[in-house]
Amino acid sequence: MITKVGVKSLTIVQAVNDALRTMLKEREDVILLGEDIGKNGGVFRATEGLLEEFGEERVMDTPLSEAGFTGAAIGMALGGFRPVVEIQFLGFIYPAYEQIMTHAARMRARTRGHFTVPLVIRAPYGAGVRAPEIHSDSTEALFTHMPGIKVVCPASPYDAKGLLIAAIEDPDPVLFLEPMRSYRAFREDVPEGKYTIEIGKGKKLREGDDVTVIAWGAMVPVAIKAAEEAKKKGIYADVIDLRTLYPLDKDIIAESVQKTGRTVIVQEAHATGGLANDILAVINDTSFFYQKAPAERVTGFDVPVPFFAYEDDYLPTPARVLHAIEKVMNF
Amino acid sequence: MERDFPIVQVLSEEGTIAQPEYREQITKELTMTMYRHLIRTRMVDRKCVSLQRQGRIGTYVPYEGQEACQVGSALALNDGDWMFPTYRDHGAMMTFGRSLTQTLLYWKGRTEGCVPPEGKKIVPPSVPIATQLPHAAGAACAEKWKGTKNAVIVYFGDGATSEGDFHEGLNFASVFNAPVVFFNQNNQYAISVPITRQMKTKTIAQKALAYDIPGLRIDGNDVFAVYFKTTEALERARNGGGPTLIEAVTWRYGAHTTSDDPSRYRDQEESKKRRETTDPIKRVERLMQREGWWDEEWVNQVQEEVNAEIEQAVVEMESYPKANVSDMFDFVFAQPTWTIAEQKEAYLQWKRGMER
Repeated sequence: MITKVGVKSLTIVQAVNDALRTMLKEREDVILLGEDIGKNGGVFRATEGLLEEFGEERVMDTPLSEAGFTGAAIGMALGGFRPVVEIQFLGFIYPAYEQIMTHAARMRARTRGHFTVPLVIRAPYGAGVRAPEIHSDSTEALFTHMPGIKVVCPASPYDAKGLLIAAIEDPDPVLFLEPMRSYRAFREDVPEGKYTIEIGKGKKLREGDDVTVIAWGAMVPVAIKAAEEAKKKGIYADVIDLRTLYPLDKDIIAESVQKTGRTVIVQEAHATGGLANDILAVINDTSFFYQKAPAERVTGFDVPVPFFAYEDDYLPTPARVLHAIEKVMNF
Repeated sequence: MERDFPIVQVLSEEGTIAQPEYREQITKELTMTMYRHLIRTRMVDRKCVSLQRQGRIGTYVPYEGQEACQVGSALALNDGDWMFPTYRDHGAMMTFGRSLTQTLLYWKGRTEGCVPPEGKKIVPPSVPIATQLPHAAGAACAEKWKGTKNAVIVYFGDGATSEGDFHEGLNFASVFNAPVVFFNQNNQYAISVPITRQMKTKTIAQKALAYDIPGLRIDGNDVFAVYFKTTEALERARNGGGPTLIEAVTWRYGAHTTSDDPSRYRDQEESKKRRETTDPIKRVERLMQREGWWDEEWVNQVQEEVNAEIEQAVVEMESYPKANVSDMFDFVFAQPTWTIAEQKEAYLQWKRGMER
């Protein structure tokens, strides 16, 4: 393996760790809080080694209390710090929902910018790892619907590091969703030191003129795989990784849909009220007359994320995405 | 537990000093300062109820009867301290430095009422019950890490103790020894639900045992007990002694809000009786009379001054520039997202068309 200077080959979870270490070094106001993030290094080891390096005042193992430590982090942010909270699994965030909805997301608005909450909430999300109940939720739409918070969801190690650093430097609250299923699925070259990726910008992963496939987080590899299968059938797809879920990258969606006129949106979450519907709204508002076929959504179902015996049927697969691609092509 | 957590009183209902060790500290000057603030908070509260009745402000949350809790605790703070109030604590906020005009603007639905005066860390009132307790714990940790001597006070009612955030806030603060005073105003009703339905425990102070922090029960209608005990708790916090839970036992004379009718759930005769016996202002007046500090002329002058201040604030509130629609969009993020920018532009354009 050839190792480039200043570049490390990292998994997503290692890239998250690297981003946190970089920012703990870079800024004294950055502190980490959460359950088992200190001595244990986090249940996914995202904070491994950070307690030893930065001490327990900056890498705090907290009592088991999502509302309590998220609320405390809001107080710390008001007091001039930049807390990065780890919610062990997105499915455990609901006790903190009130704190995020009624305080973090609206403190700036209700005080005309006098008090602000530069808080980052990290949470592994999604199904596909045979996890116990409630450990597999992908309820990003509960937060994209919430005014006053940005929602970021990287799909690759490089993006994970650059976006997490951008989230920590952002003056407003950011929910940072980490695709649990992709945590250790592959490696990528990640530059050492600090770099940022602009929040609100998607990325084109494959170029093709026939169809636009839009995905984010853990669904990006599924979309890529489907696009590769389609290619074998002579269908060339633009594959877009949204990277940020709020605010959406309107331009990258419009530019591609106006070129292809056919769209497939891949969403792990339940169908109704999901982000895919907001993407449809963007297409409606920007590219209505360019469409050659009704857009297709490949999503989870309107059922609680099932016990893992059913999860292969719940999750969108490359085969389902390919079917949707063919459907929009044959319309 | 009631024996373990007796109600601490410094000034009796008759206006005598119940704890001689505080005698020297209860000077004429301090008493007059307390009295002035008590009168001011009460007069403001009554004015607000009347403004609401006239439709000049929105739904209002009265605190009459709880003035000693709010004045005594706010006067115990240092300038650099944090205050995390609820929606019933504008008496404390005003005593700590929020202007009357801002108070009125808040109740008129204006965000300007949430901006504290320069240099004062008065966070806007928390509306969801008990959610501000974890914030206070976090802000206290922040002060500790910065190495300041600033402390934090956070207010909440008896009903708040049933919420998970009450426990999570006290637990977090106690684990990290945060410099915060949890100031409970036990007015014995959460809207209509009496304290006996809220908890089995006879006191709120005893809940401190669960966090291994000092807990004490004080007469919340005794401004001196509130002032001295809050000062002691704040000093302990500043000096590394960690959090304290104070239960100030009090009574709200009136409704939960101006939309509430307390006669539906309790006998208002009790309030009438308490106005004569345990009232926080009456007992200071009794003290002043006993000590020979009562000066009718000065009292009239205080009332006139407060009246003038209130009238001035009402004029300022009512002549305040109209709410600017753009403000609704402009303060959500440091930089508006494209969705907000587009929505603002489209709405303002439509509105301009409608106004033409």
